Amino acid sequence: MKHKSDEIIELASSLRWQVGDNFHDKLTESIYADAAEISKEVEIKNSHKDYSFDLRLDRILTSKMFGFPIMILILSVILWLTIEGANYPSGLLATLLLEMVYPFLKQVSASIGFVWWLDGFLLDGVYLALAWVISVMLPPMAIFFPLFTLLEDFGYLPRVAFNLDSIFRKSGAHGKQALTMSMGWGCNAAGVIATRIIDSPRERLIAILTNNFSLCNGRWPTQILIATIFIGALVPENWVGLTATVSVIAIAMLGVFFTFFSSWILSKTLLKGEVSTFTLELPPYRPPRFWKTIYTSLIDRTLIVLWRAMVFAAPAGAVIWLISTISIRELSLASWAITGMDGFGLFIGLNGVILLAYLVAIPANEIVIPTVLMLTVAHFNLANLGAGSGVMFEVDSAMQTGEILRAGGWTLLTGINLMLFSLLHNPCSTTIFTIYQETRSWKWTSIATLFPVLIGLVATFLVAQCWRIIESW
Amino acid sequence: MNTTTTVNACETCAIYNAAQLKKLGINVDNADFVVALAGNPNTGKSTVFNALTGLRQHTGNWPGKTVTRAEGGFSYQSKNFRLIDLPGTYSLLSTSQDEQVARDFILFGQPDVTIIVVDASRLERNLNMALQVLEITDKAVLCLNLMDEARRHGIEIDVRSLSKKLGIPVIAASARNGDGISELIQTTYEVATGQIHCKPHKINSLSADIQSAVDTLSRKIQKEYPGLPNTRWIAMRLLDGDENVLNALKNNEFQLTT
Repeated sequence: MKHKSDEIIELASSLRWQVGDNFHDKLTESIYADAAEISKEVEIKNSHKDYSFDLRLDRILTSKMFGFPIMILILSVILWLTIEGANYPSGLLATLLLEMVYPFLKQVSASIGFVWWLDGFLLDGVYLALAWVISVMLPPMAIFFPLFTLLEDFGYLPRVAFNLDSIFRKSGAHGKQALTMSMGWGCNAAGVIATRIIDSPRERLIAILTNNFSLCNGRWPTQILIATIFIGALVPENWVGLTATVSVIAIAMLGVFFTFFSSWILSKTLLKGEVSTFTLELPPYRPPRFWKTIYTSLIDRTLIVLWRAMVFAAPAGAVIWLISTISIRELSLASWAITGMDGFGLFIGLNGVILLAYLVAIPANEIVIPTVLMLTVAHFNLANLGAGSGVMFEVDSAMQTGEILRAGGWTLLTGINLMLFSLLHNPCSTTIFTIYQETRSWKWTSIATLFPVLIGLVATFLVAQCWRIIESW
Repeated sequence: MNTTTTVNACETCAIYNAAQLKKLGINVDNADFVVALAGNPNTGKSTVFNALTGLRQHTGNWPGKTVTRAEGGFSYQSKNFRLIDLPGTYSLLSTSQDEQVARDFILFGQPDVTIIVVDASRLERNLNMALQVLEITDKAVLCLNLMDEARRHGIEIDVRSLSKKLGIPVIAASARNGDGISELIQTTYEVATGQIHCKPHKINSLSADIQSAVDTLSRKIQKEYPGLPNTRWIAMRLLDGDENVLNALKNNEFQLTT
């Protein structure tokens, strides 16, 4: 029996022969004609006021000469404000949470008579990790996100996309990838979801696979902190903020470079194909509504990201305490792992603590630095820097964090390589999961996960070798 | 469009009624009506969505911010409305995933009302999308958003003639200041309950041969699937070789809606 839908399909295909294959264009044309006619009749334009301000601003912000310098300048100002502004509140929070609340809690637990392992698990593990995440992460986020959101509301991001479009095109990728890349500077998982705006599956996949090269908000604070401690230490005190800013910018730009480079590699190898064209609308500039933006970015971003960090930090803290406490043949599990990986770690200019921290911190990039610090203190028994045998230590400022790390054997090379590895390593578990949801393919998910680690290992290895050659001279 | 019921002045007044708006946030159970929000990117759809539902979905000044559909609800005149914020798209004719989400929902989800949000300062470009929506659905309200911005740029719009030309209600609004939201709710309510009857504009500058092909196919679909509201659009999609619509036809998805 012939179904009625078949008849319709037959009729449709015979009619398609009659109207020819440019039906799509003709339809689009007539829609445009109708829209033009209607709008002409109902629109009254006062010619003296127009978009001249927007046009003039666009001519500067997207110009060949000033486009890129302005972009880098704006990013620098935001980062510099974050670095300079975050140090003081960070120290304050650390003093409050680690030097005042922590001993108080310890006292309370002692007076109640908590069993030692519960006290250790909850206070030395969970609480300390939380306190760390809040004091290290909250201040930079509370400054960085509102500033970034103000810029976003003003309408600057599409201009960034416009500026970067030609480079993406040359890399064999879609120009809209500039938007998903900027999204990734906030959060890689969000950046991966945002790739849905890209029509072609090939270009969308490139955008997904390379999004991890955008430093996400879990990694900005790591970069800022390590740059302040190790690279800032090379210059006089007044120049620390500026030097740290420049080095973080350099890492972010390196990430952009890797985005282009790996897009280009992918489009030449695994994902060959033509670049598709698209229209990018530059929206009008809108004066951001300052307080509302501050409010929503604090609620929507800062608190949500902080919440996520805390959710992951609590169990991670517990894990750290457990592996530093449970011993086999008088050596804690953490120490076994650290000693085991130390050789390879040092070989590529990192160390065993960092590698273990990256394993523990797969759920969230935000907790890498807290994990590194807790492991360092536990492993090297840095009781002299703190008060107890567990994970207690004082940190009023970035400089004291630096002391802990240097006591753990860190050098300038370790700092630089950690910054590199923080840029070039596997995405966090949320992003990995999102990539799977978007691609529905284990193959692409594994490539997206392992490819950056591989690049990271190669990059840190090369830097370490060059460093040692220069040093031995 | 005309209002047929006679009610006392207070009850038709948008300001009086806005006081009865209950923002339901994400609580969207037992909806009496389903309302879709469609429109170009960066026209403030998410702002309208937030104003109606009381949710605080993040809004941003760049196209393509909403790539998945967001849902929320509000209650008005003791009716529950489920509001779907569709991804902003420039057209419904291409194959990217965000456009498909928007198109499939308007086509297959058959919302009771579709609110088309347009940027008043970029009317012509935005109307392209609006006209495509009107090809798919009859029940629509045009929300002429960003009126403050248009005014700042020296653009004025004759709202009444625009409404007449499009054959649907047009509400001038400035969602981020809350202007026009109560009128929008009242009008959406009236369209949903059938108090306002829309006679939307259909694309009329098609060349004769295309027009006749569309009509022939549309009549055939009408005959086979009576009661299908958007046969003209389905005909156009079939003539364009749209595989999604073709598959839907093959799998008899249209029968469910008749």
